[in-house]
Amino acid sequence: MTASVTELTVTAEDRRVAWLATAAVALSLVDAAIPSPLPGVKPGLANIVTLVVLMRYGWGTAVWVSGLRVLAGSLLLGYFLAPGFFLSLTGTTLSLATLGLARHLPGRWFGPVSLSILAAFAHIGGQLLLARLWLIPHNGVFMLTPVFATAALVFGTINGLIAAKLLADTPAAEPDR
Amino acid sequence: MRQWAALLRPGDWLVIAGGAALVGFTLPLLWQGGFAERAIIRQNGQIFAETDLLTRREFAVPGPLGTTHIAIEPGRARVVADPGPRQYCVRQGWLARPGEIAICAPNRVSVQIAGRTKAYDSLSY
Repeated sequence: MTASVTELTVTAEDRRVAWLATAAVALSLVDAAIPSPLPGVKPGLANIVTLVVLMRYGWGTAVWVSGLRVLAGSLLLGYFLAPGFFLSLTGTTLSLATLGLARHLPGRWFGPVSLSILAAFAHIGGQLLLARLWLIPHNGVFMLTPVFATAALVFGTINGLIAAKLLADTPAAEPDR
Repeated sequence: MRQWAALLRPGDWLVIAGGAALVGFTLPLLWQGGFAERAIIRQNGQIFAETDLLTRREFAVPGPLGTTHIAIEPGRARVVADPGPRQYCVRQGWLARPGEIAICAPNRVSVQIAGRTKAYDSLSY
């Protein structure tokens, strides 16, 4: 006998966020499995999900999906509250903020690729700043900027293209917001 | 290839170009303080000589125990001979990276490599 029952009403929006976050977490795991020459240089495949969500369901949903991805991804990979978690969080926060501004760019001229590249640069910029301020308080950190910037450009473009292709291949089931 | 290019809108090319420019702009950071450019020779804490690492030359630095001989070659420098008892600075061999230093403590002589910017405050071995 339960004394009281707390009813959690699950909306369609909640289910959607959960599914999309699951997809993003799965891609985070794929990301982590890809060997990288330098910590921090990663394809960031989960950002494809963020981009698609942003274009299709709006910024609020993208924030939810990204936030859950960072949290669940770090729990699954075992770096929750470790330095990597805060680097991830800072990068995600800054790229979401950038996406929040960049999505107001005229859509005729700027597509998912632009958003992806801008977000990638914001991501790596935030991580470098946090690393400089907190983890390695020495300007030597910035010597690696060219490597990270190149990775941001290359992976940002590729992820943006994949997101654009996904958006073009799957017509919106409901009107865009 | 063409079907992928079709996904790019005009502004996207602009952003890619901007990103590439940013990468190009940051490239010099890779060489920041990376080259050995000068050697600084100190005697008793005072700068005895400061020289570029472009030509071959020798320095004889007088100290309390005798004379320390230092050789400079293009891109590197070393202590050739020192009157100190343990010869640590001689055995260190060629110094070629910014921040590297050989200290002949008994004779109070040191030779240090410097780059354009100071990469380290000190190095310990």
